[in-house]
Amino acid sequence: MKPLCLLGRILLVIGCCLVLPAGAHDAMPPLDIGQGGKCVDDPGFMRLNHMKLLLQQRDETVRLGVRGGRYSLAGCVDCHASKVNHSVLGTDRNFCQGCHTYAAVKIDCFECHSSHPRPAMESRR
Amino acid sequence: MTAPAVPPRRQFLSQGAALTAALAIAPGLLLYDFARARPPGEPASSAVRWGMLIDTTQCDSGCSACVTACRKENALPEPVRLTDPQWIRKVELEQEGSGRKVSLPMMCQHCADPPCVDVCPTGASFKRADGIVLVDKHRCIGCRYCMMACPYKARSFVHEPVTDHSGATPRGQGTVESCTLCVHRVDRGEIPACVEACAREGHQAILFGNLNDPDSAISRRLRSVASTRLRADLNLDPGVAYEGI
Repeated sequence: MKPLCLLGRILLVIGCCLVLPAGAHDAMPPLDIGQGGKCVDDPGFMRLNHMKLLLQQRDETVRLGVRGGRYSLAGCVDCHASKVNHSVLGTDRNFCQGCHTYAAVKIDCFECHSSHPRPAMESRR
Repeated sequence: MTAPAVPPRRQFLSQGAALTAALAIAPGLLLYDFARARPPGEPASSAVRWGMLIDTTQCDSGCSACVTACRKENALPEPVRLTDPQWIRKVELEQEGSGRKVSLPMMCQHCADPPCVDVCPTGASFKRADGIVLVDKHRCIGCRYCMMACPYKARSFVHEPVTDHSGATPRGQGTVESCTLCVHRVDRGEIPACVEACAREGHQAILFGNLNDPDSAISRRLRSVASTRLRADLNLDPGVAYEGI
């Protein structure tokens, strides 16, 4: 009985390793990343930390007057606005709204900020 | 060694000097100071204090180009109700007795000791190192205490949801806002939209520049003509001065 039990356990662990990440990946919402391209940082890092980076840069820009930072909200929108509706909002496929709906996190940036690319970027698309 | 492809530095500088001279209205007097854009990553410096000198004798009572330019630059809605946002407005004054009339633009006076900053309970209302008084809308809770504290009635509250996000400054319902001295333009090395519009109309009633630089056009003019700070009795040291009132 003992060897079978051990074998069973090993199989279970291997099975979990194979199935769970695939399952987690499948559940990711299909996103329209717009123009995309090379992000300002590693996409995995950005997925985890964009809120902290944006918060930090926002305070430095508004209160200290530091311009030209790397992690700009307008920069996110310029690259990731959908080519269909020219926005990061609108449907659950749009870049910001899609992921925030999936994660059930309220997004209030765009009550004040524009969800459309800046005109100069729009003309280059 | 190959010759550099770019024009030599000396030649570039002399061309720049010629351009500057062409823009001067009189020897030694410029229309406005050329604000230099800060390099990216550098914060605003207290070595600079931005200010304006408004020559009311050049301000035409029928002209509101500054108001229109401000509204366009910041995507402010056309004011319909008295409570609608208004960052700059034209004021007509008449002296009792003589009947002398004066027209002038009124906006945030960017005080050195701003009462709006003193009273703000969240730290949203603040003065930047270069003297520009701003509202950090991320921290504003919309209590409107600053609006009551301001002796110039310079601030507005956004009552309605904002639908037009095309303006240079992000705006949102439930926050207080006022003239930013076009901080986004100043940081790029440009002049505020109202100053540009006034010059375009040929009035040149608004002089914008660095009050901390004794050689700036605004400092030189403040030294040579009589000017007034509004409600000077309050000792707020406004960054905006008026001449001819």
